[in-house]
Amino acid sequence: MISSEDIEKLAALSRIEVSDEEKGKLGSDIESILGYVSEIQDVVTGGITQAEKSPVHNVMREDESPHESGIYTEILLAEAPAREGNFVRVKKILPSNYDD
Amino acid sequence: MTIDISQFSIRKAHEHLMKKDFSARELAQAHLDVVAEKDADIHAYIEVYDDVLAQADIADKRIASGDVDTLTGIPLAIKDNILISGRKVSAASKILENYHATYDAHVIGLLKKANSVFLGRTNMDEFAMGGSTEHSAYGVTRNPYDLSRVPGGSSGGSAAAVAMGGALAALGSDTGGSVRQPASFCGVVGLKPTYGALSRSGLIAMGSSLDQIGPITKTVSDAEILFKHLRVHDPKDSTSLPAYTQQRSDGKLTIGIPYDFLEKGVDREVRRNFDASVKKLENMGYSCTDIKLPHVKHSLAIYYIIMPAEASTNLARFDGVRYGMRASSDTLLAQYVKTRGAGFGAEVKRRIVLGAYVLSSGYYDAYYNKANSVRNLVAQDFDTVFGANEKRVHAIMTPTAPTPAFPIGERTADPLQMYLADIFTVPANIVGVPALAVPSGVTERGKLPFGVQFMAPHMREDTLFRIGKDFLGEQQ
Repeated sequence: MISSEDIEKLAALSRIEVSDEEKGKLGSDIESILGYVSEIQDVVTGGITQAEKSPVHNVMREDESPHESGIYTEILLAEAPAREGNFVRVKKILPSNYDD
Repeated sequence: MTIDISQFSIRKAHEHLMKKDFSARELAQAHLDVVAEKDADIHAYIEVYDDVLAQADIADKRIASGDVDTLTGIPLAIKDNILISGRKVSAASKILENYHATYDAHVIGLLKKANSVFLGRTNMDEFAMGGSTEHSAYGVTRNPYDLSRVPGGSSGGSAAAVAMGGALAALGSDTGGSVRQPASFCGVVGLKPTYGALSRSGLIAMGSSLDQIGPITKTVSDAEILFKHLRVHDPKDSTSLPAYTQQRSDGKLTIGIPYDFLEKGVDREVRRNFDASVKKLENMGYSCTDIKLPHVKHSLAIYYIIMPAEASTNLARFDGVRYGMRASSDTLLAQYVKTRGAGFGAEVKRRIVLGAYVLSSGYYDAYYNKANSVRNLVAQDFDTVFGANEKRVHAIMTPTAPTPAFPIGERTADPLQMYLADIFTVPANIVGVPALAVPSGVTERGKLPFGVQFMAPHMREDTLFRIGKDFLGEQQ
């Protein structure tokens, strides 16, 4: 059973604001989806894990040959919602009672 | 000459361009005319670019020079989650409403090299999450065969654009069937290549172990042309496969059908059409046989654990800091929370929260790890039927979707009902094998398209093209 508090906690972990109305619908939807996907818990798997079987392998390379510094700065910062010089501008991270 | 584009495939249009029967500009204009006539009703496009004819002029210069690729001057529609440098791309989400791509997707770079013409970006379910193109922040797309029905999804705009004659071909992306299911609903061809065949660089990510870009076309030969052009190793995608060559197998092919998987939830007319399609292949000399894939029935459950887990991680980057929408607030944390609350639609929130649940410490083993283990069992089932033994099959066949296109609004209230539309397409993503959806007729009363799907072993797209061409009566 997914409680309203569970949904609040998951939404907070996901950094998503949800209204009370959304909470109710999310709770019942997720409960019904979990009810469906839980069928896999009865499958006997013999403990094989993805890592042992996966054909996908990690690709490594030397940390070298960087592109020329600054060539993408303008094009990337042009998409930022707010900027100051060559920085992305954001709200303060600590609440105001941390101010001097 | 007047251009009746409804008759054209990429191959045919290319031949006409080479013979100078018409120019790339005229070909592009003919498609723009169709869009102007039909897209107010169908809404396949979120945006039609304003420089289409200028792009076509450049293609015409290239054609005049004689150094031409099959795709030169071919007008294409691109799903709104594939980046074209400098152009808007939104994944049909409010959170990226005014975002401009800062680089080209690998596949786009390859198409630019050929001087293909980009007509515009097509509508989709937000972040490719959905099976009906109803979950777009920019309105629904309608099925060209019946405007009261969905075109499928999530690449519904791309499929509708091709089906209505508003693009010669299109690119979509397929995480659980998002190229094949809309292709089937709109009566066109859709290919999901082998995982790793086409680079994911520049595709807005949903489920990274499942996502593949794929072509939506009018013919199997066109899908093959696009696939071969885009099948280039890309060091920017760590899962991009090295070059692989496909030797055509000339012998008789055997097609396996997992009949026990088709027993539940398949529309009666779809089943009748499927059985007739099997007959048709048998009459052509294919041998069709019953196979068992004991774990394939769990594919959808596996999918709805792994995909949300990966999506919740991938979509963490949309926080209103570096790009996209930013909601105003007093602190940085409140800004994240409000931006994501206002920027994401209901289905996206549902999957992110579900992903957070299956990845949380108390449930990780029971859901995420377990799903990965069962995923391996499904892969083993495929290995067994495709493996080197006397009972091996060269391809697996199922209907593409359990029903024809459903009415708009029918499934939006019940997510699980919506998810079931992907029951036959999800296994290919779970296992990473290539799959091709081809049209197989229309319903008796509503004239809605049916489709069948073929799956082949990893890197054996050649087998799919061969069967698909035979099935549609195309020249090999």
